[in-house]
Amino acid sequence: MTTTLTEAPPTKEPEDPAPRKPRKRGRLVPYWLLLPGLLWLVVFFALPLVYQASTSVQTGSLEEGFKVTWHFATYWDALTAYWPQFLRSVLYAGAATVLCLLLGYPLAYLIAFRAGRWRNIILVLVIAPFFTSFLIRTLAWKTILADGGPVVGALNSLHVLDVTSWLGVTADDRVLATPLAVICGLTYNFLPFMILPLYTSLERIDGRLHEAAGDLYAKPSTTFRKVTFPLSMPGVVSGTLLTFIPAVGDYVNADLLGSTDTRMVGNVIQTQFLRVLDYPTAAALSFILMAAILFMVTFYIRKSGTEDLV
Amino acid sequence: MEQYEPDPLSPAQLAAMHRSLRYGRGSLTRRSLLRASTGGALAVGGLGALSACGIPAAGKSQGEVSSDDHSAEEKRITFSNWTEYMDVDEKDENRRPTLEAFTKRTGISVKYTEDINDNVEFFGKIKPQLAAGQETGRDLICVTDWLAARLIRFGWVQKLDPANLPHAYTNLSTQFRDPDWDPGRAYSYPWTGISTVIAYNKKATGGKKVTSVSQLLEDPKLKGRVGFLSEMRDTVGMTLIDMGKDPGDFTDDDFDAAIARLQKAVDKKQVRRFTGNDYTSDLAKGDIAACLGWAGDIVQLQADNPDIGFHIPDQGYITSTDNLLVPNKARHKRNAERLIDYYYEPEPAARLAAYINYVCPVDGVRDALARIDKDAAANPLIIPDKEMKEKSRAFRSLTPKEETAYEEKFAKLTGV
Repeated sequence: MTTTLTEAPPTKEPEDPAPRKPRKRGRLVPYWLLLPGLLWLVVFFALPLVYQASTSVQTGSLEEGFKVTWHFATYWDALTAYWPQFLRSVLYAGAATVLCLLLGYPLAYLIAFRAGRWRNIILVLVIAPFFTSFLIRTLAWKTILADGGPVVGALNSLHVLDVTSWLGVTADDRVLATPLAVICGLTYNFLPFMILPLYTSLERIDGRLHEAAGDLYAKPSTTFRKVTFPLSMPGVVSGTLLTFIPAVGDYVNADLLGSTDTRMVGNVIQTQFLRVLDYPTAAALSFILMAAILFMVTFYIRKSGTEDLV
Repeated sequence: MEQYEPDPLSPAQLAAMHRSLRYGRGSLTRRSLLRASTGGALAVGGLGALSACGIPAAGKSQGEVSSDDHSAEEKRITFSNWTEYMDVDEKDENRRPTLEAFTKRTGISVKYTEDINDNVEFFGKIKPQLAAGQETGRDLICVTDWLAARLIRFGWVQKLDPANLPHAYTNLSTQFRDPDWDPGRAYSYPWTGISTVIAYNKKATGGKKVTSVSQLLEDPKLKGRVGFLSEMRDTVGMTLIDMGKDPGDFTDDDFDAAIARLQKAVDKKQVRRFTGNDYTSDLAKGDIAACLGWAGDIVQLQADNPDIGFHIPDQGYITSTDNLLVPNKARHKRNAERLIDYYYEPEPAARLAAYINYVCPVDGVRDALARIDKDAAANPLIIPDKEMKEKSRAFRSLTPKEETAYEEKFAKLTGV
């Protein structure tokens, strides 16, 4: 409805009968419309950001108070002390994103093209886990992957764990408290963020394009490679971003499913902030993480050549 | 009823509006939006704003410590506590018998909230108000020793009036009377004592007993299935005791030696995880074969699972307490003191101990407890016997510098 209205070419409309409003007021309307959103952004994003930026260049202690001393060395110290955790976060989140894409794409494809009347039910099932708390869902994985549980037993007898041990993601014939468990948890928790954007962009593809490809003697695999996948790129890009960005900063999965050698940068920030009470280092780590993500995302979007996300 | 309706816009007007927004001068181009937002961002993010920030020294920014006490006219109190730390009625989980009895006797209604899950998180939650000298909305809070010590050091809690605490003063067990951070208990009274012991799952250890921290750290049979606590004082304290040191009096070198010893076990992959409260499910399932644990949890686990065993190391064990404190600016201090005193009467104390299974800090409870639960009264984890009392050690309080340095070292240990 609305689309047809806005898409109407301006030339064919009748002349504007009402006298023109004063220009200035007209010009301001969009900004007034933006105001609530902007206020929200300033109060809950910009101000905390400024506050954190300030904290990151302060020195002191909780007893003596913190003062801004422009101590930029905190950044360097934080980076040299915790670069392994940064690297690990990127690796885990990257692995989880790839797994999400591999698991999510076929499912999104199925929902978009093959599900028929089951479509809505499957979509609800994808979102259903969100009805319970993040924490409960993660804790459930402790039961699923328990040492004596059926999953680990099956993986052991199929010698899958030998392979993963060789890759260095599991140890001692167990899955819990290993990198694999953390990656599994991340994959599971962020999978819907991958599926939904993929589904929206796949669903928008005109079915006639497939028919046309078939008419031009393209094999189904060629159709997928040349037509479907390129057209779903916006979904792939936004899905991977929606998965990767929160996964890099996540600390719950590493905390509950991991061990001493699986700590991610989120855990470090949490410990520095709450336990060690070293607020400047925690703030500096947050900023480094933010900058790193921004850099990677910009690079990724440039590479994938997609301007419009979703 | 007739409602006012504005004149509907003619299609031409609508079209004109759309046109104006999309193509006219009022339209939002990316450029104009960018220009506007950069200007705003620069104004907000100016360097001046950065340097204007800062966090004032703790305890210095506050005004008056106490507020006017409204206890007399407002017969109520807000009490923040940990989950599973209050007796509930067996038939109706929403009823808390000891609290109800208190309200019945004194006419003071208690708003009881279980909003403490973690000391560090709770500190983060109440810190802004306390630092700014504002009310936290709580009259009584319950936190562990080291956090209680910090709150007292910062001057963020009120001195209690002994005149309102006759039972507490008389019945407090001698073991808990003189912690080095609050000698004579001027600011705090223990809610419970917490013994840190060694717990194990007989099924997972193959029927073997685990009796010392050395065994946790070195026994190859337990490799990858040992848990330690993410509370630095429990884990390092128990290790210090095992090394023959006194956690109440140790040096930096002793601390480093204990950390190095733990680090060796971590490097060997002997230790599976450093956990908070969640060790209980791991232990019950057998994913963790042996670990450090809190006695109250172990008593409850044993009731459900006969495979769970515990051992008090011969060299001793760490005891800590969760303490009741009245934060600054609390509106109902006297009511809060009456509640503290009430829980130091033998009858309510026994009811509480029978339910929560932690060490009861109140003397003379044994008889009252035996009437409710004979086993509990005989359990040295709930009412410590002479031997238990002798083995009990407390972790000394740390200076702020030590605290930061030690937590930093411990953080490096628990995750690299």
